[in-house]
Amino acid sequence: MHTQHSYWQLFKAVYTKDVTLAFRQRAEIFNPLLFFVIVITLFPLAIGPEPALLSRMAPGIIWVAALLSTMLGLDKLFKEDYLDGSLEQLIASPYPLSLSVVAKVAAHWTISGLPMVLLSPLFALLMNLEQQALGATVLTLLVGTPLLSLIGGIGAGLTVGLQKGGLLLSLLVLPLYIPVLIFATSAIDTSMMSLAYGGQLAILGAMLAIGLVSAPFAISSALRVSVS
Amino acid sequence: MLEIKAVTCIKQERCLFESLSFSLQAGEIMQIEGPNGAGKTSLLRIIAGFSRADEGAVTFNGDDTQMNYDEFAANLLFIGHKSGVNPQLSAIENVQHWQQVHGVKDIGQTMQLLAKLGLVGLEDVPVRTLSAGQQRRVALVRLWLNNAKLWILDEPFTALDKKGVAQLQAQFQIHLERGGAILLTTHQDLTAQFAKLKTLVLEYRL
Repeated sequence: MHTQHSYWQLFKAVYTKDVTLAFRQRAEIFNPLLFFVIVITLFPLAIGPEPALLSRMAPGIIWVAALLSTMLGLDKLFKEDYLDGSLEQLIASPYPLSLSVVAKVAAHWTISGLPMVLLSPLFALLMNLEQQALGATVLTLLVGTPLLSLIGGIGAGLTVGLQKGGLLLSLLVLPLYIPVLIFATSAIDTSMMSLAYGGQLAILGAMLAIGLVSAPFAISSALRVSVS
Repeated sequence: MLEIKAVTCIKQERCLFESLSFSLQAGEIMQIEGPNGAGKTSLLRIIAGFSRADEGAVTFNGDDTQMNYDEFAANLLFIGHKSGVNPQLSAIENVQHWQQVHGVKDIGQTMQLLAKLGLVGLEDVPVRTLSAGQQRRVALVRLWLNNAKLWILDEPFTALDKKGVAQLQAQFQIHLERGGAILLTTHQDLTAQFAKLKTLVLEYRL
């Protein structure tokens, strides 16, 4: 019964638990992803198969779909742990709560964000996105989706104690998502004109850096308030 | 070890308790009694640091628990109504996860402990398929696996059979002999004889 403190072990334990649970309840992984796929495949059907129009709209559609499907899984981020008391156990652990929170958000991103990043080249093709914009699409999603998970975590932490917090969660989180959306789609637009999009990507990266540093503390404070 | 200094708790404009003070030393067990709604759980949650008291302070070994919470948490074992057992995971996964999250080294006795608590052959099935008492036992395995000084247990005997209650109280004795302290609420009378048993009665106040 020796105590051994290892931050890495805590991260691994919390992360694997969430990912294992997601794989056991398949719907949790496939719902957001399926939503992403459905939205993107329906657009060409609805607005007609004109290549120029589709390729003009592609960045916006891909990003709005990514944003909405991230939000789909957000209210479940802390819900189960709140209901079964695991959250109290995480608080009453000798490790900082913010670290457990980072692990949970990382698990959420692995389940919802990462598959979208990996599948995005396929959808870029489907939307007739120009070749030169492919890199920008994948890169903005790679930098942007973790940020969506981090920001969403703050809203999820604040609303976890509410019976039907879903609507409030969207209202809280959406305004914070808008800068991400603007810079990401602007980067893709710029790349379509064969211009350098490093600036927009750098801003997204900076936002991610700020998010990584500050969101875990905001989320853990929100959770402490929700649990009390 | 633990000192409660003039703690007041107000909920829904009703004062649950006012200026409540007591202390708990190593080797002591305290049972909190009172009717439903008297504030037993609220008191335990304030001491465990989940909620803030409206007034007063809780100190552990002389330090305010809110000031250095992680250090206090290292000495605390809390099992509440919601026991922190995930129903989708198996018993063994639940226990191992709890150990990793609390930095308790796995000494490879988890299987024997689960067997001791009557969960033979049920280690690998999802906890949701177990009975209420068996689910409770999965949470209570922690009492055998921790090195916390202070145990805070909210209704630990719920859904347990007589044998389970006896096993639990035997473990209480061992913990107290090791110099630990226990704070618990229960509506049942403790059947075992504890040398240093304190009782706190909370009245239902209007």
